[in-house]
Amino acid sequence: MIALEQVEVRRGTACIIQDLTLSLTPGLVHVVIGPNGTGKTTLIRALFGDLPISRGGIRIGDQALRPNSRLGRGQAWRSHFAYMPQDTHLDIALTALEVVVVGRLGRLGLHIDDETLELATQRLDAAGVLHLADRDIGTLSGGQRQMVLFAQVMMREPRVMLLDEPVSALDLRHQIRLLDLVRLETRKRDLATVVVLHDLNLACQYADRLIVMRPGASAIMGAPTDLISAALIADTYGASVEILRDGRGNPVIQPIGSLGGDPPPVPPALFSPGA
Amino acid sequence: MVRGPSFRLRTTASARRSHSVPTMPAPHPAGQTAIQRHRHREQRRLWMLLTYVGLSLASLVLDVATGPSLLSPGEVVRSLFGWEGRSAMTDAIVWDLRLPMALMALVVGAALGAGGAQMQLLLANPMASPYTLGMAAAAGFGAAATLAFGGFGLPVLVAVPLGAFVFSMLAAGFLLALASLRRRGGDTIILGGIALLFLFQSLVSLIQFMSAPELSQQILFWLFGSLTKATWLTLSITAGVTTLCCGLLFRLSWRLAALAMGELRAASLGVNVRALRVEVLAIVAIMTATATSFVGVIGFIGLIAPHIARMAVGEDQRFHLPASMAAGALMLSAASVLSKTIVPGSLFPIGIVTALVGVPFLLWLIFRRPGLS
Repeated sequence: MIALEQVEVRRGTACIIQDLTLSLTPGLVHVVIGPNGTGKTTLIRALFGDLPISRGGIRIGDQALRPNSRLGRGQAWRSHFAYMPQDTHLDIALTALEVVVVGRLGRLGLHIDDETLELATQRLDAAGVLHLADRDIGTLSGGQRQMVLFAQVMMREPRVMLLDEPVSALDLRHQIRLLDLVRLETRKRDLATVVVLHDLNLACQYADRLIVMRPGASAIMGAPTDLISAALIADTYGASVEILRDGRGNPVIQPIGSLGGDPPPVPPALFSPGA
Repeated sequence: MVRGPSFRLRTTASARRSHSVPTMPAPHPAGQTAIQRHRHREQRRLWMLLTYVGLSLASLVLDVATGPSLLSPGEVVRSLFGWEGRSAMTDAIVWDLRLPMALMALVVGAALGAGGAQMQLLLANPMASPYTLGMAAAAGFGAAATLAFGGFGLPVLVAVPLGAFVFSMLAAGFLLALASLRRRGGDTIILGGIALLFLFQSLVSLIQFMSAPELSQQILFWLFGSLTKATWLTLSITAGVTTLCCGLLFRLSWRLAALAMGELRAASLGVNVRALRVEVLAIVAIMTATATSFVGVIGFIGLIAPHIARMAVGEDQRFHLPASMAAGALMLSAASVLSKTIVPGSLFPIGIVTALVGVPFLLWLIFRRPGLS
């Protein structure tokens, strides 16, 4: 169980996250949604210890991250996490297999042993990209590269997985493949997974818990079916939506228009019934 | 922070903490193929590395052979290995005059190649090298100032390298201070380095402008770079420092490879990015400042050798670092041969040779960049 208690994070003078209290459950996928600038990436980086918290605390097991503590910058804290940052740009002449092997940094020496290579091929296989093992990482497509990078973080043995917009540059097929894999590994390894997504419908499909970051209000967490309502989306995004249900009862969010200001003009009907 | 490559086996406890790490799985055919291919690639890289080393040694023999009195490579080899059928004259030329210079070319080339390779990785920028970051220019200023002030009471042969070393380290200190700032990336270091480059270049010009013509000439010659002042003593100092520093860099190489994948990603793989930056900058600074203070400013090796190495062995750091050293050694040694043969009977400044050969090569590299490896 990972607990955030009244966490506040500042960047410069701006208070990005305020009074955030959450608990993250192992084995569940927590999807963070919210408009730009509400602190989704900040939340991920604060968890990872890359940004200091200015109030409150974050607890993992018997370790607690407090304001001004140096714990967050050290390995004792960071070894709990597998973190995929937003940026997937890689300018390095290594094969996909070698990129995955680097995921085992700290155990790598002069000779890469068979065990490490076997583990790396298994990770690539699980991500469905074993056939790309010999390819130079720079020649892969964005989707393929993201799958390889996921295989890389899976070389670690984390308790918490942090994914910052992992699918925003991917096509539908790769989006689903990666998120399916994320869910599978979350269950299999009992990870507490936090994923930032922009696509609300993907978020509702894959979230066990949805964390909604709201501008000017504290975040709320819950199951998508319980949480999502037209009023919440209107409140959070300033957009007017209709909530539909898919075959499994998951919410589907259909945008209608923006709130505030005039609605977009309706084009005059060319043909009207009975004319 | 993770310390050094660890060769110890994983304890079973840590290996089994996650139940998805299977107990020695059944061999996966496609996985086995990938592993075999990887092993082949490792072997091919090793051969490429050995080829570079072999070429450097061949160039060393040629370097010793060329000069005012031309020796045959056979004579050189006989003298080097102490075989029968050599003359005392040849021995004197080889061992007393030319071998220190020729070995210095290899050692300095290796130091510059390794320094450039690590800087490029560290700053994730293919244009980074100790030269482009102003460390060589600072050394040039140190040497010029020492010459202008008559060595500050020390003999010139000691004072000039010392002045160059001190100023090179001052420049490095500035870059280190930038690197240790929080929330500052590699770009800050590069921009700071470029500022240093311009500052010290204009200061050198100022000193030259204000000096007597003979002194200005002396400064100019130092700035061109020259191996002729190499002695067994300066050679052993440079070789010792280079060996030590490259050993330390080699230990950090996997972490540098992770850093080249982005700062946050490296941090997520367990790298303390700030500490790594400071450590590597300090090592590279000491190594290149030492080399530069004895031979003067030699550009381009640090910039290009890593690219030549990358073409041959990729960026697997176990091969890339030694290959960068070998490529640098080969380049400087070959430049030394050229500098003695372009105008027969006279010595062309080696710094000019490396730049003249280096520029077209750099352009060629730029145009083939999309297809790296």
